[in-house]
Amino acid sequence: MKIQQEDYSIVYDAVATTVVCQGSLRLNGTAEYSPIIDLLNDVVEQEPSHIILNLRELKFLNSTGISMLSKFVINVRNRKNIQMIVIGSQEISWQSKFLKNLQRLMPSLQLKLT
Amino acid sequence: MNIIFGDFIENLPPSQEYLIISFSPTSVPLQKRWRNNGLSADFLADYLSTFFLCDDEEHVCKAKQAEFKSAISYIANELLENGMKYSKDTSTSTISIQLHLERDNIIFEMTNSINTKAIKRFQAYIKELINSDPYEFYMRQLEQNATQKNSTKSGLGFLTMMNDYGAKLGWKFETSGQESKESAVTTMVQLRIDS
Repeated sequence: MKIQQEDYSIVYDAVATTVVCQGSLRLNGTAEYSPIIDLLNDVVEQEPSHIILNLRELKFLNSTGISMLSKFVINVRNRKNIQMIVIGSQEISWQSKFLKNLQRLMPSLQLKLT
Repeated sequence: MNIIFGDFIENLPPSQEYLIISFSPTSVPLQKRWRNNGLSADFLADYLSTFFLCDDEEHVCKAKQAEFKSAISYIANELLENGMKYSKDTSTSTISIQLHLERDNIIFEMTNSINTKAIKRFQAYIKELINSDPYEFYMRQLEQNATQKNSTKSGLGFLTMMNDYGAKLGWKFETSGQESKESAVTTMVQLRIDS
């Protein structure tokens, strides 16, 4: 599954059960985010044993995007049988703030800041 | 009539370094100029980060400069997105964002028009925001957003500024008369600079 746009891309690798988000996600409201929300919901529906969310190349995320990714993590948490790993970059400063909040939402979430 | 909420400084003293970007809301449809919010925010962040001087060898300072730039870009983008969403399409007043750089503070001022009918709801949200613990409210909002399937608003813009960036927020509403269908709202965000 793949969403490729000029400013961003979201790719799900089903073998590695990894979602890679790249670029700049500053879309207008939940409506513009809906294709991404659908992709993330599909990943959760498949109930893999673990999901890796790789945000290392995600330069910008607006508050609507924060809401969307938080919702994804809450959905994974509520399934209770999926291990969640989030990879972020220490060089992109908003990520450390956001990833800490994700960990508060799901304490078992593993954070890897590189 | 003016109404103030939160930490709002009226009659800001003139600062040495400031930057203003103004837009005419009616010239291009919102959907088409949405991308301009991010471009303007990044420009403001790039421009102001040149005043945050670093010696080339200082890694700590470089990291702080990057953090400063990222914070300006995030906050300016959120303010612009809000301003564009809430200003009336039929309004003739411009939307503007101003940044004032002080010694240990950056002050953002976002001014846009707002439909007088929408003011009550906005002010109720502001009152809840300034009377809550930002962290508790933020986590509650994330959980609430996750349960709402068709919600169009995240309600997280101001909360992230307070919770993640420790910013102080204030608002000024200006209404010209009871009959007026349109008012102006200025959102002020004060961000501390730790250099």
